[in-house]
Amino acid sequence: MLKVRIIPTLLWKGTGLVKGMGFDSWRRVGTVLPAIKVYNLREVDELVILDITATNEGKEPDYETIADWAQECFVPVTIGGGIRNLEQIRRLLKCGADKIAINSAAYERPQLISEASNRFGSQCVVVSIDARKTSTGDYECYSHSGKRPTGMRPAEWAKRCEALGAGELLITSMERDGTMLGYDLELVQQVANEVKIPVIASGGAGSPLHMLQAIQRSASAVAAASMFHFTEQTPAECRDFLLNHGIPVRKVAG
Amino acid sequence: MSVLIIDYGMGNLASVRRAFEECGASVFISNNPLEIKDAERLVLPGVGAFHDAMVLLSEKGWVNAIREAVLNEGIPVLGICLGMQLLANSGVEGGETHGLALVPGRVVRLEPKDVRERVPHVGWNEVHFATTHQLFDGIADGTDFYFVHSYHFIPDEPKYVLATTPYCESFVSVVANEKVFGTQFHPEKSSKVGFKLIQNFLRVK
Repeated sequence: MLKVRIIPTLLWKGTGLVKGMGFDSWRRVGTVLPAIKVYNLREVDELVILDITATNEGKEPDYETIADWAQECFVPVTIGGGIRNLEQIRRLLKCGADKIAINSAAYERPQLISEASNRFGSQCVVVSIDARKTSTGDYECYSHSGKRPTGMRPAEWAKRCEALGAGELLITSMERDGTMLGYDLELVQQVANEVKIPVIASGGAGSPLHMLQAIQRSASAVAAASMFHFTEQTPAECRDFLLNHGIPVRKVAG
Repeated sequence: MSVLIIDYGMGNLASVRRAFEECGASVFISNNPLEIKDAERLVLPGVGAFHDAMVLLSEKGWVNAIREAVLNEGIPVLGICLGMQLLANSGVEGGETHGLALVPGRVVRLEPKDVRERVPHVGWNEVHFATTHQLFDGIADGTDFYFVHSYHFIPDEPKYVLATTPYCESFVSVVANEKVFGTQFHPEKSSKVGFKLIQNFLRVK
């Protein structure tokens, strides 16, 4: 049976690893490479690493640094931040990324998704969607690390991304991000109901129970950052908890 | 042990290189089919679509070079993910296309049998051995490996099936024909068990 994945997310800003709250007030929580090494030793299911400044600063992905990370990573890794064209994706895959995550550029030019999936295969194209609830109670997608409203509703945008060839969706609740209060389950469910591709729930995880709730709302994978940075909970404990609640998780040989 | 990783412009070569180095191999990545004569093992990685990959392999002269190395010299080959699929006679991704025809079979899209089954098949799933084989030495039957794919290999005969995985009913996750091996999963991304499989491949006589 396909296992539910527990995915630590590493956010990267300048030279350090950071974690914020509601896409703001970033705290430095260390450096990236040691974190990768630790997660690698612990045999996590997968890693997501996002450069949260690349798009807003108009920067290229930092290929050399990413290649150094990938060298140390023997679990699958998704790289995102600042990706705007196929040449960047080609270089990132060559550096050792297994998958790439597109966010802001996809709103400006949705064909980037189809071009990337035709060229490199949909399995390596993750579309990352950041969304928050509006005053009307609907959800809206934001680009540029949560800075720009796009007018798109996540469920519709998710459907369109799937039609364009996205292989997976990383759906992040902006207001839950960093709070450790639990995922926005309604958002997760709305998006997962709309598509047949895997959906990764992100934003708000504070305990294994939150993960269980998102999985019960059809998430194929659960991402978490703060709970691994700021609490003593580990991916392995989450795995055990989920297993005890009947969720298929990966068995890791000692 | 000298391992040549075939660089035809697609695929995550850095991870494959690091994993083989970690397993003690001396690795060279090459885009020149003439260098195949120096190799004791060939690795065909791949991320992308079947059609594009075959076009690139033939343009660069790899198709004949690989077939000669395998059929005349008996050099063991490991195809990973798309690289495994390219070992087949044909694939349909991007239009019906001839493959390397080293393991008789064809490659078709995964069809979900259950609404909860999503495609691409992404993540860790069990590999059940159809037979005992040195490729699996030291690995428990039913161990989870990392997959990420939308198409799957259907061998022409059961004798080419080394292992299967339960998804969309069941698909073939490891194929073999003599010294030609293919894994639908990524051993280079499957942590310790992946390294074990790579070490076993390096030991194949």
